[in-house]
Amino acid sequence: MSQIHTLTMPKWGLSMTEGRVDAWLKQEGEQINKGDEVLDVETDKISSSVEAPFSGVLRRQVAQPDETLAVGALLAVLVDGEADEAEIDAVVERFQAEFVASAASEQAQGPAPQKAEVGGRLLRWFELGEGGTPLVLVHGFGGDLNNWLFNHPALAAERRVIALDLPGHGESAKTLEHGDLDELSGAVLALLDHLDITRAHLAGHSMGGAVCLNLARLAPQRVASLSLIASVGLGREINGDYLRGFVEAANRNGLKPAMSQLFADQGMVTRQMLEDMLKFKRLEGVDAALRLLAAAIADGDQQRHDLRGVIAQQPTLVLWGSEDAIIPASHAQGVEAEAVVLPGVGHMVQMEAAEQINQLLQDFVRKH
Amino acid sequence: MARKISYQQAINEALAQEMRRDSTVFIIGEDVAGGAGAPGEQDAWGGVLGVTKGLYHQFPGRVLDAPLSEIGYVGAAVGAATQGLRPVCELMFVDFAGCCLDQILNQAAKFRYMFGGKAVTPLVMRTMVGAGLRAAAQHSQMLTSLWTHIPGLKVVCPSSPYDAKGLLIQAIRDNDPVIFCEHKLLYSMQGEVPEELYTVPFGEANYLRDGDDITLVTYGRMVHLAMEAANNLARQGIDCEVLDLRTTSPLDEDSILESVEKTGRLVVIDEANPRCSLATDISALVAQKAFAALKGPIEMVTAPHTPVPFSDALEDLYIPDAAKIEAAVRKVMDASRSAA
Amino acid sequence: MSTQLSSEQLLHAYEVMRTIRAFEERLHVEFATGEIPGFVHLYAGEEASAAGVMAHLRDSDCIASNHRGHGHCIAKGVDVYGMMAEIYGKKTGVCGGKGGSMHIADLSKGMLGANGIVGAGAPLVAGSALAAKLKGRDDVSVVFFGDGASNEGAVFEAMNMASVMNLACIFVAENNGYAEATASKWSVACDHIADRAAGFGMPGVTIDGYDFFAVHEAAGAAVERARSGQGPSLIEVKLTRYYGHFEGDAQTYRAPDEVKNLRETRDCLLQFRNKTTRAGLLSAAQLDAIDGRVDGLIEDAVRRAKADPKPQPADLLSDVYVSYP
Repeated sequence: MSQIHTLTMPKWGLSMTEGRVDAWLKQEGEQINKGDEVLDVETDKISSSVEAPFSGVLRRQVAQPDETLAVGALLAVLVDGEADEAEIDAVVERFQAEFVASAASEQAQGPAPQKAEVGGRLLRWFELGEGGTPLVLVHGFGGDLNNWLFNHPALAAERRVIALDLPGHGESAKTLEHGDLDELSGAVLALLDHLDITRAHLAGHSMGGAVCLNLARLAPQRVASLSLIASVGLGREINGDYLRGFVEAANRNGLKPAMSQLFADQGMVTRQMLEDMLKFKRLEGVDAALRLLAAAIADGDQQRHDLRGVIAQQPTLVLWGSEDAIIPASHAQGVEAEAVVLPGVGHMVQMEAAEQINQLLQDFVRKH
Repeated sequence: MARKISYQQAINEALAQEMRRDSTVFIIGEDVAGGAGAPGEQDAWGGVLGVTKGLYHQFPGRVLDAPLSEIGYVGAAVGAATQGLRPVCELMFVDFAGCCLDQILNQAAKFRYMFGGKAVTPLVMRTMVGAGLRAAAQHSQMLTSLWTHIPGLKVVCPSSPYDAKGLLIQAIRDNDPVIFCEHKLLYSMQGEVPEELYTVPFGEANYLRDGDDITLVTYGRMVHLAMEAANNLARQGIDCEVLDLRTTSPLDEDSILESVEKTGRLVVIDEANPRCSLATDISALVAQKAFAALKGPIEMVTAPHTPVPFSDALEDLYIPDAAKIEAAVRKVMDASRSAA
Repeated sequence: MSTQLSSEQLLHAYEVMRTIRAFEERLHVEFATGEIPGFVHLYAGEEASAAGVMAHLRDSDCIASNHRGHGHCIAKGVDVYGMMAEIYGKKTGVCGGKGGSMHIADLSKGMLGANGIVGAGAPLVAGSALAAKLKGRDDVSVVFFGDGASNEGAVFEAMNMASVMNLACIFVAENNGYAEATASKWSVACDHIADRAAGFGMPGVTIDGYDFFAVHEAAGAAVERARSGQGPSLIEVKLTRYYGHFEGDAQTYRAPDEVKNLRETRDCLLQFRNKTTRAGLLSAAQLDAIDGRVDGLIEDAVRRAKADPKPQPADLLSDVYVSYP
């Protein structure tokens, strides 16, 4: 039984309404396996590859390079099995006839993040998926829930997945009381309480990893598993220059060198990414929050917290990029956990190797 | 996603949030509330186009309607600024500068220097600029170059709701006199604006588009026409870098030069009249400091050297448009290719 | 001489007037040597106006002055040596040598600046009065302007606005008979500048500016009115200037002996000395002592100002902005 699949323009992050086709990575007639990168797409915020969510032969490149298409628009037709050209024509014709760009209709915006007073402060979080033991995604220093834009939808296929903005970040309240890990872990716990979640899988990136570790230390009964991506708290070294440069940067030229250290692939550091980060850094209270947290994380090139002792408490997965310039991948060695170091990837592992990270996280969480 | 509000709402929100935060901020101008002394509604207008609407009731006694006396109330705002307050005065249309220029040119702008650094004059003068409303020669000018010429003033001209809020908050907190130019055709423009307070620093151009072939430098409403032109040109294989100056004083010379060093080509787009304008100033800057990088002549797209006409047939010709920008870009590209 | 003043207040008033006179007379001499740059407009002859009004003001009250501002500055308490150094264009001047005679200011003394633009001070003090009102303070603001400025729209706008907004603002028109080389008899359309007050809904009086006590009394009433929230006033002070519009003005437009006659018969310092000593309020010895002290002060100011350094090249570019990236 053959299947005709339509590959459509993905929605990366909350504000993406359209994308520009950059280049095809696979040619018509090529066999494609699920997870393969099929084409490059650029938005005003980010450029990345579209991965095939199914296997099959690339039979039709519908979208042309340099074409700008709405989210959900038809990019390609893949066929798993046999189909003649007429059948493919019919699928394309029907799709195009029925397709209405979601940007055009306000109702079709899809799920939106929520905001509420949680534990005495405004928090923003974004929920996708349902069922299972929920998975909570905790971003790192200076990040926000959009750090998971390539992961969140994929992970939500199997369970309820919640990404939040930590206090001092994103659209959560910017004022910190102490500006330490306890305060951040407390905010995540408060969100779990608010959402009536007794037990959750936690995945944290960088400082978010330490937030998850610290939460596990404070409330072990609430943690089903820990996934730590390029995490703080698993060794001594940290790139103090990066932290300092990031905090001090007040303009594009100041920020670019700092942000560039986050990625192995410099192409990921787009103008819009810098602009969005500057917009965040300009918000009242952010500068003070970042300074407090930077000081809480590290003293120069030395981390302040060693949380390796928490790992053995629960199933733990440690993931790293081999080219991490912020926290060395060597911290993945010698921990009592499953550890995977992805070659050629920098500190923003979940963005640079989204598909692999999604797969690893999904497999790990499914087991526990 | 940040919520979307209009340029006009962004300005109103900046004023409200700063007035709430800082009790020394007040507003004075003609009909900034409207209805003073009249039998009917107070805050009847909230500014001639409603930009300050609602603030009168939120901040009793701090939104002051002035008699139609531009010298009087602009001067009073200057005087109050020297006394520890942060006035935001509104000159309804920048064209009315003719009435009150002395208080800006000779008073506010000069105090600090003339008094040997002892005066601080944190004045904001909000004023409507730009053509396109069929408002003719005395209600449509783009006088940014006039203000930019005067040492002691800072000059701001936001192109988006986000910039309008952040630059206005910066203007209010700034300790120097700031002329804040609001383009009347942008008031209804919608854009993402954080609910929180934030400032956009002065003297930092915004890269709205990265490109390798040619640099388009502009500000205010022209930013949107430059982007439209750049998008059209991209389809023809010409990759434009677009810089929005945000403030014309201070001027982000570094970003202009950095971009031209990369692209080797420059088109300056300015809605103002061309003589002694930002367009000529930026062209001169690049010719002087990045001459070696230039691959072709510099082009300027500006209004002609005429007053702003009334008839739509003429006003549409007067205001630079995307087609004129595209033509200028092609001209530079052609000239530099043939030279190469 | 109905105003009751303590001998301390009287001595202070005399000292202020005497200081202004000595300052201006000395500048007249020094300017002729060519050592003082630019324009200098002398206030000699008008001292009773500045002293009579300023006797009612405190540091937190604001004044704005005009091009003929030395007297207002001295009476408001600006440092005399700093003023002299400023006029000589020295770095030690109150404005670091960047303002000069026409722009002497000291905001800490409530002196919003002498002003080179005729009439420009009026809206500024409407602003300082508005600031006081918004801050809930009873500070008063005063603008000094001449008969020339009394014809400026800026003054009209400020007067109207001060009345409309009920500001604690006093408009002092020092009518010395000439705007530059044009007689006020010709240029001012009404009989008295004070008559214009009616058009702006405020009281206006015309007083003898040679008589310190007359100025003091009228100013006292206006200051009290303003301080108690009853709004602005206009005071027209009629007086004369002993020197030209600026130093170097040959004054051919004036009648022969006009100044000589006024000096001999009406001079404010002479009148003050005669009245106070005849009434037994002050002794000649007390006044002589002030004369001696003032002469020493001015001599010292000139000597130091001449010796002081000029601004440095780097000063050219500083103080344009509080901050400018």
